[in-house]
Amino acid sequence: MAPSLIQKTERVVQSLVTMKTIDKAFSGVPALRSAELEIVPGEVHALIGQNGAGKSTLIKILTGVYRKDSGDIRLRGEPAMISSPGEAQKSGIATIYQELNLVPLRTVTENVIMGYEPKMLGGLINWRAAHRHTREILSRFGIDIDVKAPLGSYSTAIQQLVAIARAVSLDASLVIMDEPTSSLDDREVDILFGVVRELKNSGVSVLYVSHFLDELFRICDRVTTMRDGQTVGTRKLTDTTKLELIADMLGRNIEEIEAAGMTDFGGAERQLGETLLEAKGVATGPRLHEFDLTVRRGEIVGLGGLLGSGRTEAARALFGVDALTKGEIRLKGTTWKPGNPSDAIQDGIGLLTEDRKAEGIVPDMSVRENMTLALLPKLTRNGQIQTGRERELVESFIRALGIKTANMDQPIRELSGGNQQKVLLARWLATEPDLLILDEPTRGVDVGAKLEIQAIIRSYVERGFGVVLISSEFEELVEGADRIVVLQDGYSVTTLQNPGVTEDMLVRAIAHHHEAGHA
Amino acid sequence: MPGTDAFDLRRYLRNDTRSAGVWIALVALILFGLARYENFGGAYNIVSFLNYNSLFIIISIGMCFVIMTGGIDLSVGSVAAFTSVVAAYLSPYGLEVALPGGVLAGIAFGAINAFCIIAMRIPPFIATLATMLAAKGGALVISGAQTISVDWGSNFTKLGMEKAFNILPWSIVIVALVAVALWIVLEHTSLGRTVLAIGGSEDASNLMGLKVTRAKAFVYLLSGGCAGLAGVFLASGFGAGQPLEGIGWELSAIASVVVGGTLLTGGLGSVPATVAGALLLGLVFNVLNFENGRGTISLSAYWQMVIRGGFLFVVILLQTRIGPSQKEVG
Repeated sequence: MAPSLIQKTERVVQSLVTMKTIDKAFSGVPALRSAELEIVPGEVHALIGQNGAGKSTLIKILTGVYRKDSGDIRLRGEPAMISSPGEAQKSGIATIYQELNLVPLRTVTENVIMGYEPKMLGGLINWRAAHRHTREILSRFGIDIDVKAPLGSYSTAIQQLVAIARAVSLDASLVIMDEPTSSLDDREVDILFGVVRELKNSGVSVLYVSHFLDELFRICDRVTTMRDGQTVGTRKLTDTTKLELIADMLGRNIEEIEAAGMTDFGGAERQLGETLLEAKGVATGPRLHEFDLTVRRGEIVGLGGLLGSGRTEAARALFGVDALTKGEIRLKGTTWKPGNPSDAIQDGIGLLTEDRKAEGIVPDMSVRENMTLALLPKLTRNGQIQTGRERELVESFIRALGIKTANMDQPIRELSGGNQQKVLLARWLATEPDLLILDEPTRGVDVGAKLEIQAIIRSYVERGFGVVLISSEFEELVEGADRIVVLQDGYSVTTLQNPGVTEDMLVRAIAHHHEAGHA
Repeated sequence: MPGTDAFDLRRYLRNDTRSAGVWIALVALILFGLARYENFGGAYNIVSFLNYNSLFIIISIGMCFVIMTGGIDLSVGSVAAFTSVVAAYLSPYGLEVALPGGVLAGIAFGAINAFCIIAMRIPPFIATLATMLAAKGGALVISGAQTISVDWGSNFTKLGMEKAFNILPWSIVIVALVAVALWIVLEHTSLGRTVLAIGGSEDASNLMGLKVTRAKAFVYLLSGGCAGLAGVFLASGFGAGQPLEGIGWELSAIASVVVGGTLLTGGLGSVPATVAGALLLGLVFNVLNFENGRGTISLSAYWQMVIRGGFLFVVILLQTRIGPSQKEVG
């Protein structure tokens, strides 16, 4: 018998969690295709992949939120049927979701012990024991807080640690952390990592989901990469480079990337207008350290980079969501300090975020009402909305953007995601901001509509406006942007000038500095 | 100026003087009454005040539990009217049958609410609005739209008159016992904590593996049962089942709960503060009656309601404004 097979049998016995050939589809669309994951006791295991790669679906199957269509899950070698979050907890799997699954109105102690309260004679909760227990666990993490205070009165970092404390108090053997550091500052990240090491030392496994690759090298033992609903592979982080992880995530050939050198990007000068916006050395927080950007009238500037590279943070800085800690922004030639998004809108900046719900779709209102919501002051005369003009305007955008709707009075919730996105794009275009920032404008949009949206953006800048285009799709950036500013770990590192940029060049630019930085 | 900022959850949570407003107002009003009116502190006034208000207190406590889960129960007034008729019909069999009978009838309506809200996923506002109409109609149907006199020969009417251990009427003792029991349930059992957790975040409660369905069913059954008990008190206290009573009781109960510092969206709440809220709202009427009795002014019942509304407003202001700023100074 082949030795490899024997080894394999041993590992099945040893492993804490084994997920094999997991399939899952949502209304016919496959989200996972034969996905796999194996976690051994006491390891910190990273799970990475681009958005939509299937990480959260896989986790939600493991934690009983979703049911798998087919496949095999084993816990400590035993077949496991996990059909609810409660059952997952009982089998020793605790999850710390990105949106914390705790109750901020209730006290720290309650959030730790809820559902597993220490009882006195007569079934009443033993509060003294509960508070003591909670303090003990938190002090192991080096935290000393008033456990009787409401959880919501503490920072996100503390709340996250309380969530971990709950997991520990449930005697979890696996703690799943979904993007645990995305809202923490450097010092808080250090505390969190201390806690993760503490968990590891006491034999608890951690499944660590993160977009921040540097973190994985600091804290994780092994990493599983997913792409398009499939498991690409599992590597040991000690014998892996960041470049290899990126290549896995993107599905690119690493030798090809390394072999090619950097070339000069020559290109014909486009007819451009005055400088619209200039950002120099902009920093806002732990995710954006030094960001430079120039946008001229008539220009589409792309922001490229991996998730977590600071793209979204850059957009937030320009739109006045996050205050600058360093650097300067000049708008139309004068120094500009946006205090909040409404300042930014006033001064001619628009931001289409990737989150349609947060962006403000009003689901029960019609396509027409959603589109003209921000325009009503302009469409109103003597206190009356000029319905004729309104319908004309909406009609023209529906035609121009190819929005598929029965009529303009159809509730927007009945439209597909892509068409909802177009309505929001139309909302912004109609207000005619000088600078429009588009964060993933074509996510969830089919190929045909994607091209239409790109054409609309192009014709918009040709009228003398500027656009900043953020996208995780390299093709979209390469085809759609005049220049691409590449971001890495919160720094703008390079600018690629079109025409002449290829997808490979962009991938190389994104990967190149990672490699240099890691060496 | 902190008030110009958006709602600051952190500051709001750090302010533990939230329910202080109701206690301050209650004590102030009692002191005012004691100083101004001769018989205000007399045994007769105290007992008759508590006796009359016991049914509002009991309804408010049930409502408090529902609101703490983030729900609402609009049916309590109609249910109380319905169960008062049931209790009146059962009164010939004695208190030991009529009291549980009335409470069970209330629980039955609570069960309908719970079923609609949990199993059918109808929003509590709509579900209990429907039950409110149904119970109101039901009360008129079974009573033939007449008040149903209780059997004066049985021990049923002793509920509000005979004193337990020669100190307080049974109705007040029962309400006090129920209030203390539910206070303990809320503060010291997993069920009570789950009720609060659901109001804080139902999704999180589910993900934490809490028994959400059980706790939600409990609060609607409890609210129905409390309304049922209030109906029994009503029939016993007035000597008749009253199918037309109960109008607007749900709003008084909600007012008591809110005055007591319970968050309407759920997640925060207190049984004693709710009792204090109900007492405070009742006491406003009591004080106005005394004021009328002095003969210097004469306020109609309508004006009394206006004044009570204004008073409610002031207490809410006390809660939201004075609480946080005290904390900031201190």
